[in-house]
Amino acid sequence: MIIKILMVGSFAIVFGSLSLIVWTVFSKGLPALSLDMITKIPEGGFYMGGEGGILNAILGSFLLAIGGTFLAILFSLPTALFLEVFSKSSAWCSYVRLSLDILWGIPSIVYGAFGFIIMLSVGLRASLLGGIITLALLEIPIMTRAMDEIIRQTPKNLTQAALALGVTKFELAYQIIIRQTFPALITAILLAFGRGIGDAASVLFTAGYTDRIPNSLFRPVASLPLAIFFQLSVPFPEVQQRAYASALILTIIVLLVSVVSRLVASRMNRFTIK
Amino acid sequence: MASQSNRKKESQRIGRVLLFLSGLPIFLTTTILVSLIIKANPLIERFTVKALITGVSWKPMQDLFGFLPFILGTIWVTVVGVCLSIPVSFFTTIYLTEYAPQAIRFAIRPLLDILAAIPSVVYGLWGVLSIVPWVEKSLAPFLSSHFGFLQIFSSENPTGFSIISGGIVIAVMITPFIIALSSEILTNIPKGLREASLSLGTTRWETIHLVLLPKVMPGLIAAIVLGASRAVGETMAVLMVIGNVPQIPKSIFDAAYTLPALIANNYGEMMSIPMYDSALMSAALILLVIILFFNIFSQLILRKFVNTKAILWHGNGIEDSSRN
Repeated sequence: MIIKILMVGSFAIVFGSLSLIVWTVFSKGLPALSLDMITKIPEGGFYMGGEGGILNAILGSFLLAIGGTFLAILFSLPTALFLEVFSKSSAWCSYVRLSLDILWGIPSIVYGAFGFIIMLSVGLRASLLGGIITLALLEIPIMTRAMDEIIRQTPKNLTQAALALGVTKFELAYQIIIRQTFPALITAILLAFGRGIGDAASVLFTAGYTDRIPNSLFRPVASLPLAIFFQLSVPFPEVQQRAYASALILTIIVLLVSVVSRLVASRMNRFTIK
Repeated sequence: MASQSNRKKESQRIGRVLLFLSGLPIFLTTTILVSLIIKANPLIERFTVKALITGVSWKPMQDLFGFLPFILGTIWVTVVGVCLSIPVSFFTTIYLTEYAPQAIRFAIRPLLDILAAIPSVVYGLWGVLSIVPWVEKSLAPFLSSHFGFLQIFSSENPTGFSIISGGIVIAVMITPFIIALSSEILTNIPKGLREASLSLGTTRWETIHLVLLPKVMPGLIAAIVLGASRAVGETMAVLMVIGNVPQIPKSIFDAAYTLPALIANNYGEMMSIPMYDSALMSAALILLVIILFFNIFSQLILRKFVNTKAILWHGNGIEDSSRN
């Protein structure tokens, strides 16, 4: 009986803390949210309570996360296909998987520091390109291992039937497995995208921060997590209000990504062979 | 037939390219480690590892680089966070896997997904808005007036930006992760074990703590260690609520400073003070070594208990269709 109370109590704590977080973000963020926030870039004196919005950070975050996710797909999909379809040596595969798992556990601040070292050595300053590359490195282990597990779930008789008809491994991977697992691959991509767009520590060194919208890959770029962080550390209440609104925007984006990935998974499942 | 062999050759060629590509994770892991060691080396050569790790004062302007306050700060926050998280995740996991009605079991997955998807800077904001004032106004006065004779509850820091605030935020962040992983471990136990025990007339709770738990204990511990390694590396959320004072903490209400926060706060001055960049990269190296140790240990144990996708689970609906 005591056990039961403890269990329900613990469950209530988990549920309660989630509601508290969501409630805090919405109740603080909604009053501070305005059309200007999402349609304007910061104007003069923005960080002392002046006019403007955080369009630079919203666009910047999307540029960083879309770029990083795109780069990560270029690596992750072929590698996952290699691990499941092409590879003949299972020892090599288990080394690759172990190192992916290790990379997955490395915190984003270390990726940030590493990205910074690499950028220094090639003479690149904090820029959109640097941020995209660092985010791609951060997303690669998440995406590759997720795709790896997804491709493993391709029905065995489907691949065997295809191979029996004489397709090569490349045709099997490219024409059958990708199509069959397409909805799940999309969820893996969105999962990595959601992680990338919310990450602050890795872009802190590598992407910099600016009030403008970048016009080239070599310019610094703002991002939403850093906008929240910087606005909150300014001692003016008007600016801190904007941090709350920025946090609300970021939370909504991340929740939307999560909901969309669920919808994609359930809607598109009917196009696959069970 | 010629086209047949051409296709085969093409496929083999692509396979070789992919083999090369798949070496990247191994290459990347070593490159990260090696480049941090190279960058940290000037500082290590000058002061020796032991002096750096046990040094208590951090005054880069006066050429003093002691990492002990940061290492201890990181350990304190992690330990407080993990200790707060363990009972909650343990009982929630047992409830979800063994007792809860089907409806709750289905509802919990999206809930944990949402908790896992919230960015750390939002957790930090929540900590600043809710946890810090609560610690300042309620928790710290209460505990220090009733249990102040215990060193760890005495309070000299009136602001609320403290280890306990960091610990609470960390606990909320890692709990969904630990729950997801340990539920996976418990549901992977063969049904027969449960049924055999119940058929001998044990109660549900006896089955759980006499039969199931001893079997999965190493897995559960590994899940907690993996959660701890996420706590060690957590940057923004902790940085925002911990106060960032490089001192040796004595009480959970003291302000502290963690290794990731040190790196994040000071990268701007990195180039202006001699040895400072090397010092920050040493901090990253210490962090990486701690995390590699935790990670490899727990990943190797967990492989015996769950399919690795549970480790990667952490959010956003990659469903386990093999079980349906």
